[in-house]
Amino acid sequence: MKKFIGILMLGAILMGLLAACAPKTVIETVEVPVTVEVGVKETEIVEVPAEELDYGLVTFISTQGVPIEEAEAMRGVVLKDFPGQVEFIGSEYENFEDTILAEVQAGSGSLDVLGALYGQYPTLLDAGALQDVGPLMAKLSDRGIPDAVVELGKLGTDTQYYIPWMQATYIAAYNKKALDYIPTGADPEALTWQQFSDWGKNIYEATGDKKLGFPVNGLLHRFLEGYIYPSYTGGMVTTFKSPEAVEMWEFIIDMWQYVNPQSMVYGYMQEPLMADEVWVTWDHTARLIDAFKNQPNDFVAIPAPSGPMGLGYMPVAVGLAIPVTAPNQEGAEELISYMTLPETQISVLREVGFFPAVDVEYPGYIPQGIRMEGEAVALQAAAANAVPAMLPVGLGPRGGEINKVYRDAFDRIVINGEDISTVLAEEAVILQALMDETGAPCWPPDAPSVGACQVK
Amino acid sequence: MNPKRMKLEPYLLLLPSTIYLVLFFAWPMIQAFSLAFQTDDGQLTLSHIQRMLNDAAFSEAILTTIKFIILIIPIQFILALVMALLMMEHLRGSNFLVYIYAIPLAVSDLAAGIIWFSIFTERGYLNSFLSALGLIDKPFIFLNYTTPWPIVAVVLAEVWRATSIVFVILVAGLQSIPRDYTEAAEVFGANYLARIRHVILPMLKPSIQVALILRTLLAVQVFAVVLALAGRGVKVLAAEAYRWHGEYRNPHMAAAYAMFILAISLITALFYLRALRSTEQSVL
Repeated sequence: MKKFIGILMLGAILMGLLAACAPKTVIETVEVPVTVEVGVKETEIVEVPAEELDYGLVTFISTQGVPIEEAEAMRGVVLKDFPGQVEFIGSEYENFEDTILAEVQAGSGSLDVLGALYGQYPTLLDAGALQDVGPLMAKLSDRGIPDAVVELGKLGTDTQYYIPWMQATYIAAYNKKALDYIPTGADPEALTWQQFSDWGKNIYEATGDKKLGFPVNGLLHRFLEGYIYPSYTGGMVTTFKSPEAVEMWEFIIDMWQYVNPQSMVYGYMQEPLMADEVWVTWDHTARLIDAFKNQPNDFVAIPAPSGPMGLGYMPVAVGLAIPVTAPNQEGAEELISYMTLPETQISVLREVGFFPAVDVEYPGYIPQGIRMEGEAVALQAAAANAVPAMLPVGLGPRGGEINKVYRDAFDRIVINGEDISTVLAEEAVILQALMDETGAPCWPPDAPSVGACQVK
Repeated sequence: MNPKRMKLEPYLLLLPSTIYLVLFFAWPMIQAFSLAFQTDDGQLTLSHIQRMLNDAAFSEAILTTIKFIILIIPIQFILALVMALLMMEHLRGSNFLVYIYAIPLAVSDLAAGIIWFSIFTERGYLNSFLSALGLIDKPFIFLNYTTPWPIVAVVLAEVWRATSIVFVILVAGLQSIPRDYTEAAEVFGANYLARIRHVILPMLKPSIQVALILRTLLAVQVFAVVLALAGRGVKVLAAEAYRWHGEYRNPHMAAAYAMFILAISLITALFYLRALRSTEQSVL
């Protein structure tokens, strides 16, 4: 009897399992497009190799397009038409570098295409992680990428290590409400930093609110290295503790009275702009774009202000590279070729807010906000007094440490109120040690040097 | 049973957790240790430690970290103890209270930081609430680095987030105290406060020890809440370690900071173990 019950139980369990596994029957009406073939005899046989239609799985890791919405736009829109399956991984820089270095060390990998900033490649080059993409670059010569931009992809060597993908920069922006307080005689499209500060002062005196804003928890170091230093001193490293630099820091301290004290928390300035916490600001184009896209009638994009030595600005170049351990070489090359197509570049601009690296015509459907940002970027680069400042590549893996020097100087002088000359003298020692230990020659805006760059 | 196999069994049972600990704790710790004390060429050096001591952010980070320990832990302990004693009174619905208290445990620290940021930011909930009440006519900037408010915000967020860990440990401790003791004390005329002071707290010592060690270690490592609420305005040790690794890309310096955090953690744990020795331990 017991045995019988046991068998019954087993049967019941089996039945249950089977029922659970069975596919559910759903009745659905599907419209199937039917192609009717008409029997026409073809005389020519065209050979279409299967692999041209599908390049298989291509894994694409990028330090750009990391925020969820941008990554989704990359997957759903930008990469949609690639003939193959692209796995797009948006990754913070530290994980990006660690993953690639680990794969190179292991001698085998899963990543096919890398997307990163110009300044992020030297470490990978140092570790022997990058392929020579010279032949591919030659194939893409019809894309109309400016020579200077192609040259950046050589990372200071004679070999092409990345293919230019897209570019960006940092600009200023304001809320139209602030226009009532703009200093008399100031042209918003050609501001000086002094006028920028006076603008904040006027707003403060009229409303009692500190409406200037800076991304202290974001890319403030780029403001120091690529904007205010070149604008006031004409250099970045050589002029670090020059008398002009002292004047510049005095200016920043003065301006800081009108900067929203919550700036210490700001990572992306588009948020405080849209929250009405800040009216006049400076940030990376991709970190302002939402404000222009969502409220193009409230916010205006303008070139960064200039200083006594000109308009210091930092172009941001993003490139595509192939790691030596790429499992799908053909797919990787095809994906890079696809990414540099004018259509793809326009779709990147529309979805992610980075500007094309190739020669394109802006079609009419580009939103007004992006168009406006593009105009500000073009104005800035074309300014007669422009002083382009580059990211350091000569520092190799220690490229991040230079940011620490500028940030520490800022924290000590502006936030803690320490004596300017003392701080600059002390931080200059650290900066010089960094240059000496890496042997990095000066880079723009500093004049080229023989041997390590010297702080004067 | 085979006596030989009996002897092997305990070790076999310990093996999985030992492998886990060695792989994921001991090994990375040794690696961090060697990073902190070695140059790129593998030579022993104290230069990273020296550089850390001279780092502009170092002393400020230590001071703030200590400030947080001093501010957060007593508040959490008093709150958690009151909550736990309330629980033990077996009032109506007190079981439900446990679930309420435990909610913040399920929230990650970064999420907690972001929630509190949305409360304290210039156009946040607190300012909207205050202006709706007519108490302020324009938003007050709480997260202003020149005022102590960011510290207050972090303390509040941490108290909200992690008091329940202390609470859970204390409740477990309280439940293991036999009722006979408190009843006996009651018979001899001890009032409620005297019972807590002379019976419950001494019997609770082991749990307090565990909770204190756990909380202090977590306070030394406090990171995500500070990052979300105060950004660059408040410096703590763990955030500096993170920045040295993530932003400035110098693993040696990051490891030096990590070793320093480890050293503080060990010292405080040892201190608590000695200071709160239970009676049996001190007799031995």
